[in-house]
Amino acid sequence: MTPPGDGAVELRTLVKRYGAAVDGRRAVDGLSLTAARGAVTALLGPNGAGKTTTIEICEGFRRADSGTVRVLGLDPVADARELKPRVGVMPQSGGVPGTARAAEFLRLVASFHTRPLDPSALLERLGLTEHARTPFRRMSGGQQQRLSLAVAVVGRPELVFLDEPTTGLDPQARHATWELIEELRAAGVSVVLTTHNMEEAERLSDHVAIIDRGALVAEGAPEELTGAERQLRFRARPGLGLEELLAALPAGSAAKESPAGHYLIEADVRPELLATVTAWCASHGVLTEDLRIERRTLEDVFLELTGRELRS
Amino acid sequence: MTAPPPTRLDLSPAPGAAPLPRMVLSQAGYEIRAVLRNGEQLLLTLIIPVVLLVLFSATSLLDLGPGRRVDFLAPGVLALAVMSTAFTGQAIGTGFERRYGVLRRLGATPLPRGGLIAAKTLSVVAVEAVQAAVICAVALALGWRPDGDPGSVLALLLLGTAAFSGFGLLMAGTLRAEATLAAANLVYVVLLAVGGVVFPLEKFPDGVRGALELLPISALAEGLRDVLQGGAALPGKPLIILAAWAAAGLVLAGRFFRWE
Repeated sequence: MTPPGDGAVELRTLVKRYGAAVDGRRAVDGLSLTAARGAVTALLGPNGAGKTTTIEICEGFRRADSGTVRVLGLDPVADARELKPRVGVMPQSGGVPGTARAAEFLRLVASFHTRPLDPSALLERLGLTEHARTPFRRMSGGQQQRLSLAVAVVGRPELVFLDEPTTGLDPQARHATWELIEELRAAGVSVVLTTHNMEEAERLSDHVAIIDRGALVAEGAPEELTGAERQLRFRARPGLGLEELLAALPAGSAAKESPAGHYLIEADVRPELLATVTAWCASHGVLTEDLRIERRTLEDVFLELTGRELRS
Repeated sequence: MTAPPPTRLDLSPAPGAAPLPRMVLSQAGYEIRAVLRNGEQLLLTLIIPVVLLVLFSATSLLDLGPGRRVDFLAPGVLALAVMSTAFTGQAIGTGFERRYGVLRRLGATPLPRGGLIAAKTLSVVAVEAVQAAVICAVALALGWRPDGDPGSVLALLLLGTAAFSGFGLLMAGTLRAEATLAAANLVYVVLLAVGGVVFPLEKFPDGVRGALELLPISALAEGLRDVLQGGAALPGKPLIILAAWAAAGLVLAGRFFRWE
């Protein structure tokens, strides 16, 4: 864990209200979080969880109503001038004039920095060379996203904020983006990104913070969050007597059949448990198919923590 | 995407803000290119003024009073050119930059807000220089013989630019982009009609005329006429009117402009 005061981003009991304070709607509600330097931190949460608001407070675009924000040890508003060259920002969408050509805008932003990346090389790296002269408004959504990422990193920042960097990208573009993020991390850049893509969070992040209703509900490395908990799945003929099976398993185990013929056993999965289940099946003349032990995915954890109902 | 070996980039952090003048010049260069390739804006800033100049100089469609027609029209059209760039073009352009998050995104770069405004001003002045060169060349070809003191002309043009920029930015920074688009075009047309650009203010009834003379476009057009047609130096009333509009516009814009 990073010692206090040394994180790339440190939030303490952050609160941001929207509209009239009386109606009590808080976009961010007491969020505390540390993003370590040189690591990739993912803010994961359903729509409206407060991820973008949190990032915008870190970028200095909004002020928190209460709580403290430290970005590279500095205040994003009071120390803006010192922070701007050191922090790259990729907003969720837009931010580039519709008539600006890709290379032109990237060169413009590069010219604001002392030791920028070569804009042509960066465009090539992100597969945008053919679109160097395309006006922003004529680029596809995925091309616009990649240009936006290029603009965020062209100044060789120490820290980048990426707000949903891969939303709407096709698989190739998504992988190109992931590879660039992995390279940024390898080069020592701190990355804070928001996503609701579980695969992205699991693959890229050193640290995942699950946010819901403006507050932190869980955090940790992806493997810590998915935990040691495993589960057992198999297929067999429908209608097995699960009550009887459960009686043979350790207390606290659960078993269910859904859909018919698909069985899930949630328990402390040890070798003995596997032996008990297969022995029970054998004694009942049941042949299991697709028997497998799996870890919970981040998606399982996420849905468990944030609920399954749809959010507006 | 084809799969040649990916380009190696040195992504290791090496941040640093370029010197302010370099950032401002770079941004101004971008803004100038953006204006010059924007067809709709060129229509407003160059084509309409030149067409009005040529049309009303070469025909007697309008009664322009005594004196040579082009000598009356050239200063008015120069004033129109200043308004079209400093006010209409800047209001619409900046309004949409605000709407599409461009101002916010630039706000995340090392370019400070003051630097962005400086770059916009430089770009307005540069575009005005192009407009003035074209309009003067056309007017001279039509037989224009300007009089007067270049210093006074410069003072009028700069104060006019400041006045129109202030209100253009005020509009862009407070209204929705669509409202700015409509209002800025409406103001352009109305001031073209009633601001002494091509229709002499003498044609309006006395009471109305007194009020119309206080408009920034009238002050600029009349002031330029006083110098270029009448040979006056530092015409007091137009300069005072423009200075008042400039002060009001810049103070209001500074106070009420919203970046997003």
